[in-house]
Amino acid sequence: MFETIILMMDATIRVSTPLLLACLAGLYSERSGVVDIGLEGKMLGAAFGAGAVAYITANAWLGLLAGISVSVLLSLLHGFASISNRGNQIVSGVAINFLAAGLTALLGQTWFRQGGRTPSLPDGGRFTEIVWPFAEQVRNIPIIGPFYAEVLSGHKILVYVAFLAVPLTWWILFRTRFGLRLRAVGENPAAVDTAGISVVWMRYRAVIACGILCGVAGSYLSIAVGSGFGVNMTAGQGFMALAALIFAKWKPVSAMFTCLLFGFLDAAGTRLQGVEIWLIGEVPLQVFQALPYVLTVVLLAGFIGKAIPPKAAGIPYLKERS
Amino acid sequence: MSEIPAIELRKINKSFGPVHANKDIDLVVKKGSIHGIIGENGAGKSTLMSILYGFYHADDGDIIIKGKKVTIADSKAAIGMGIGMVHQHFMLVDNFSVLENVVLGAEDSALLAGGLSRARTELKRLEEEYELRVDPEALIQDLPVGLQQRVEILKALYRSAEVLILDEPTGVLTPAEADHLFKILDVLKNQGKTVLLITHKLREIMAVTDTVSVMRRGEMVATRETGNTSMEELAELMVGRSVLLRVDKEPAQPEAPVMEVENLTVTDSRGVQVVKDVSLSVRAGEIVGIAGVSGNGQSELLETLSGIRRATSGTLKIHGESIDLGTSTLDAADMRKKNMGHVPEDRHRMGLINSFTEYENSILGYHRDPAYSRGLLMDLAAIKKNAVAEIEKYDIRPPNPMLKTANFSGGNQQKIVLAREIERDPEVLLIGQPTRGVDIGAIEFIHRRIVELRDAGKGILLVSVELDEIRALSDRVLVMFDGKIVGERGSNADEGELGLLMAGVEDNRMTAEGGVQ
Repeated sequence: MFETIILMMDATIRVSTPLLLACLAGLYSERSGVVDIGLEGKMLGAAFGAGAVAYITANAWLGLLAGISVSVLLSLLHGFASISNRGNQIVSGVAINFLAAGLTALLGQTWFRQGGRTPSLPDGGRFTEIVWPFAEQVRNIPIIGPFYAEVLSGHKILVYVAFLAVPLTWWILFRTRFGLRLRAVGENPAAVDTAGISVVWMRYRAVIACGILCGVAGSYLSIAVGSGFGVNMTAGQGFMALAALIFAKWKPVSAMFTCLLFGFLDAAGTRLQGVEIWLIGEVPLQVFQALPYVLTVVLLAGFIGKAIPPKAAGIPYLKERS
Repeated sequence: MSEIPAIELRKINKSFGPVHANKDIDLVVKKGSIHGIIGENGAGKSTLMSILYGFYHADDGDIIIKGKKVTIADSKAAIGMGIGMVHQHFMLVDNFSVLENVVLGAEDSALLAGGLSRARTELKRLEEEYELRVDPEALIQDLPVGLQQRVEILKALYRSAEVLILDEPTGVLTPAEADHLFKILDVLKNQGKTVLLITHKLREIMAVTDTVSVMRRGEMVATRETGNTSMEELAELMVGRSVLLRVDKEPAQPEAPVMEVENLTVTDSRGVQVVKDVSLSVRAGEIVGIAGVSGNGQSELLETLSGIRRATSGTLKIHGESIDLGTSTLDAADMRKKNMGHVPEDRHRMGLINSFTEYENSILGYHRDPAYSRGLLMDLAAIKKNAVAEIEKYDIRPPNPMLKTANFSGGNQQKIVLAREIERDPEVLLIGQPTRGVDIGAIEFIHRRIVELRDAGKGILLVSVELDEIRALSDRVLVMFDGKIVGERGSNADEGELGLLMAGVEDNRMTAEGGVQ
């Protein structure tokens, strides 16, 4: 039983990581007033870029760099459409999702001829687990030992990046000039403009931050947990991250707990597959997959407090004409 | 005049497409003075100030600040030159604290902590120097508008502004808050700051400014010492002709009552009685004005009669039909069907949908009328034809029914609402604040239309917080105080007497004579 709990916690952390990275990515974007429904597409594009480059160069770091670059490029595209040209942010985001879904499969097939997948990564093309000091030695200490060895130690570096990004994001948002302006531009861009700060440049910076984090999230899927890119391998995790962002009310620390909750539901679903539960019977996997969305809808309906988005989110900024 | 002026503008021009918003503007603002700029809506005041604040760029012309010719590239440059602006719509982040709003854009360094603590001490100093008290930790959304405006002024002072531009600062303030603002402006002046006050209200100009410049249709038409001019002269300069501050009208020829309200009581959502046992009647061919300080139950009375709000008890007689308002479920559409038109007090919140086009707004509330619909579909041809006719008749500008109403000025928006309600030929018209935020030219037009409607034999119930308006239009004046009607006067009512009634001083005449009229 204890072993099961430890394994579940370990799985929860692994599954939560891409969600958390994408969720924080969305947080930067939406806090600046740019709604980003294209998290999914950016993750997918990054996963492909990372998978392809890591396969060719056999270097995980170059793969990560490629993944981030693809994602940032897609972010800039979103920015160009919705910030510079004041287009509809939802439409632009949806377009990026379609673009990424189609283009990754097409390029994958053209370059590698494996049905859109990238070939299995060579050694060095994948991130490996980082084993914390003394993990093996303490393993036999009851409770703390396995927790240290399994749950804390033994993850890919990107997992630690994701969880360190939480306090970092909080600190940036609430303790730096950049954060103050970022939050202001998402609430009342006119106030930022009249204070002599460029609204456009602020929002571009936010969107680039979003691209970097989404790039890490996508790369994690293809070159850290996975061993290569697979067609549509994000499987809706970008949307899940968006739901988590709403559930967390656009706050970094809440985002972490929400992603852990959603990750846990996913891990539990996998774990309980085919298991008969007393009195209930076998619970279909789909129930667990749907739960995060159900919870988010319940939240939006006002049962768990109120989720108030940044006031200017989704509205292109236009200087007023007299 | 040896002193160098704080600001000098020479031959400033600015066009937006075909609209020449500023034509060869010259302006000299003396240091340490309160300089008013007055003009109707759309006269180009805000454009001129936006140029000064770096929001727009002038097409040509020179800006000279403290004797030096400058170019103002953006708001940052303007702030750097010591120009601060308090916008008509506050530029504040609602869920930020006062402190955060003050430092936004002037944070000192990449980390916030230093800037915030400097701001805290600086705010305390400004508080004492200018008597601008406000809690630095309070959230903007929890502050009343008067205090929010104070934060805007503090923002400018924190950036060491020498010249403070205030754009229509009293539009959102209560009279008491406005008086307080004027005191603050005086303190600023005494501390050597220069204030530019943009307004279309003559009384404010007379009350606080040293010098006043008048703008009309993009041109600067005159500059006067405030002491050497009068409201009449300024009004004439603003409009370009002499204005009738009084409305020309024949005495009313009232006939039988068209609407009678008996013992109306309304309780609001907090459970407080806001309208208390009110009875009144409106006869065909007369304008009944309801005077009162805002918030004494007039709004609720109007909303109840128009079917937007439920009454606790009371009777409404209209068309000889008697409706028990305490139990009726009639809504706004039902009331309109009973030939009762309604021009709501707040056109933005209740009168128009500003993201809709003019023609769509021109039938709002009457969209089910067979004249404008065919079954489930709208009869677009009929709607547009009607819209074009109303635009023509009410001189609505620009004359384009396809334009969103957000793009019309306040006066023209009000005309759109008024046209919609009057042209449906109601027996009774309920009108709330017909000229709030409307320029003088449009006020005149709107007042004339209301009198014409009366002369056509309709009954009009007018609610306004502008005492001048009530006195100019009404044939009978009822004064509301604390939810009750506390007095009634004729069309020649004395201003001071009405003022006393509005302030809740008991009406001796009514109690002495034991009744109304």
